[in-house]
Amino acid sequence: MSNLTVLPILLPLVAGIIVAFIHKKTTLTRNLSKVFAVVNFLIVGWVFLHVKNQGTLVLEMGSWEAPFGIVLVGDLLAMTLVLTTNIIAVACVFFAPQSLTEKEESFYFYTFFFMLISGVSGAFLTGDLFNLFVFFEVLLMASYGLIVLGNGKAQLRESIKYVLINLFSSMLFVTTIAFLYSVVGTVNMAQAAQRVQEVEQQGVLTTIAILFFFVFATKAAVFPLYYWLPRPYISPNPVVSALFGALLTKVGVYSILRTFTLIFNHEVGLTHSLFIYLAALTMIFGVIGAISTNNIKLIVAYNIIPAVGFMLMGIGIFTEVSISGTIYYLVHDMIIKGVLFLLVGATAYVAGTSDLRKMSGLIHHYPVLGWLFFLASLVLAGIPPFSGFIGKLQLIRGGLGEEEIMIVLVALLSSLLILFSMIRIFIRGYWGDKIEIPVPEREKKGKKMALPAAALLTLSVLLGVGAEWFFPTIQSISQYIMDPEIYIDSVLKE
Amino acid sequence: MTRTNDIILRTTTTLIAFILLGFSIYLFFAGHNAPGGGFIGGLMTSAAIILMYMAYGIQAMEKILPINFRQIIPVGLIIAAATGIGGMIFNAPFLTQTFAYFQLPILGKTELATALLFDLGVYLAVVGVTMTIILTIANDRG
Repeated sequence: MSNLTVLPILLPLVAGIIVAFIHKKTTLTRNLSKVFAVVNFLIVGWVFLHVKNQGTLVLEMGSWEAPFGIVLVGDLLAMTLVLTTNIIAVACVFFAPQSLTEKEESFYFYTFFFMLISGVSGAFLTGDLFNLFVFFEVLLMASYGLIVLGNGKAQLRESIKYVLINLFSSMLFVTTIAFLYSVVGTVNMAQAAQRVQEVEQQGVLTTIAILFFFVFATKAAVFPLYYWLPRPYISPNPVVSALFGALLTKVGVYSILRTFTLIFNHEVGLTHSLFIYLAALTMIFGVIGAISTNNIKLIVAYNIIPAVGFMLMGIGIFTEVSISGTIYYLVHDMIIKGVLFLLVGATAYVAGTSDLRKMSGLIHHYPVLGWLFFLASLVLAGIPPFSGFIGKLQLIRGGLGEEEIMIVLVALLSSLLILFSMIRIFIRGYWGDKIEIPVPEREKKGKKMALPAAALLTLSVLLGVGAEWFFPTIQSISQYIMDPEIYIDSVLKE
Repeated sequence: MTRTNDIILRTTTTLIAFILLGFSIYLFFAGHNAPGGGFIGGLMTSAAIILMYMAYGIQAMEKILPINFRQIIPVGLIIAAATGIGGMIFNAPFLTQTFAYFQLPILGKTELATALLFDLGVYLAVVGVTMTIILTIANDRG
């Protein structure tokens, strides 16, 4: 039944509402949230398998037919990303009690958390541009709540920046949708895609396309628009950073992927070659940021940016191979950024500082945390048996196939620098002289923190080692993405 | 500190708040066929309650209206979500609305739609949010 499509949005929403009723009973909320998150994950996994076997699910909400009502399109790409989102949600909900204080938990943390998951799932599933905007707002509102939770001075300062830049880009998003609506007369993605090909004035559509790119690039932190990202992402609690780093920018990347393969694929020479240049600059500036600082949280936050560059590179090259690389990298990056933020949060917690110069020899006290971090760095940089490798390999193969040598060289070089920036944390923080355990009372909690991160990391390793199982799915998604007619036909049923 | 005597404000408030509440309920029910609906109805109700807060003060109002407005928000949300889920139970897509005609005692033949229940959810959420914002800021003396 097509109502399955709404479950990934509805279940977290209802869970968030239920948890809001009992927010003062911290233990109950905490355990209930764990149950909800796991149940959510299982149901979404089941829906994913259903979509994988039976094909795209389209839900016409409120029984209104496709171009007139709101549609939710549960295709394989959307469901894969929703499933990944829920995996990260489960890890974060188990990590949260360790890193949050009880007071923070009782101030609606779990409600905001579930609203964020609901918004992200909605943004992945929707088939309507204005609804995409609404779900963007749902997830942003929840993230505003999460970023100030805990009431620190730095959080207040960074949240003002974060809210301002996001309000500005949302405002621009609405304006751009208004432009598109006045040109094609619809906000349904499938119908817009159909009508874009019939419009005679292609120039105005290219302008709209670039405006859309501007909006999504602000959300996704592409080169000239990434300046807001690093500091707001490290100031909240580690578990919130992990949610942000794993999910929020990826919604922007997904929106670029969706709109520029479905709707705006008429002027590929202009828009997509722009993407390639911006992707190269994003990678370069991101890694420069990552190697410029000694704050371990900031290093990981800066590493989000080159990853966005890699995904944008795949969209820019625009062949089946490169798109499959983008999708693989998207899934891989969501998981590994979750792992890294959790691990770096745990490291900073047990070391009592996030300054790399002040920590040393942590491996003597926390061997599990140290080796997990080492493994995660290798996965992130794309060392062969792990998942970062396959995505990058596909991207580079795609780049070489289209003879985009420049971007391939930049990608390879920035991979090296990413590895350097991450391994620096391992060498300086975990190796070195054994010093007294910095904050003894945090030892037990710190060790508990490793568990959810380890579970996520196992999955990430599996994604690389077992690439033969996952890759056919990714490949079929990329074939599907490159042929927008399938999407249009499944929504409009003509 | 001597308290000023605001008898005129209080007397008129009792009257005006009553009219405002009535008007807000009218707006809430008018939403289907005329301008109005849950959002504006909720705002108008909160306006009436805030007027009473201004005239009588927080202590008195907490005695008359012992409602935790923060809890009203999830109540409204759950009602709105439940109308969507209600459609799913009858094997229709999420958020499908239905309506029927009933013979009511005073009003006669009336159209009752499940969209009204969704609007009720919106109404409660709006009242909850508005009151929470204003009372939280008003209580802030630290």
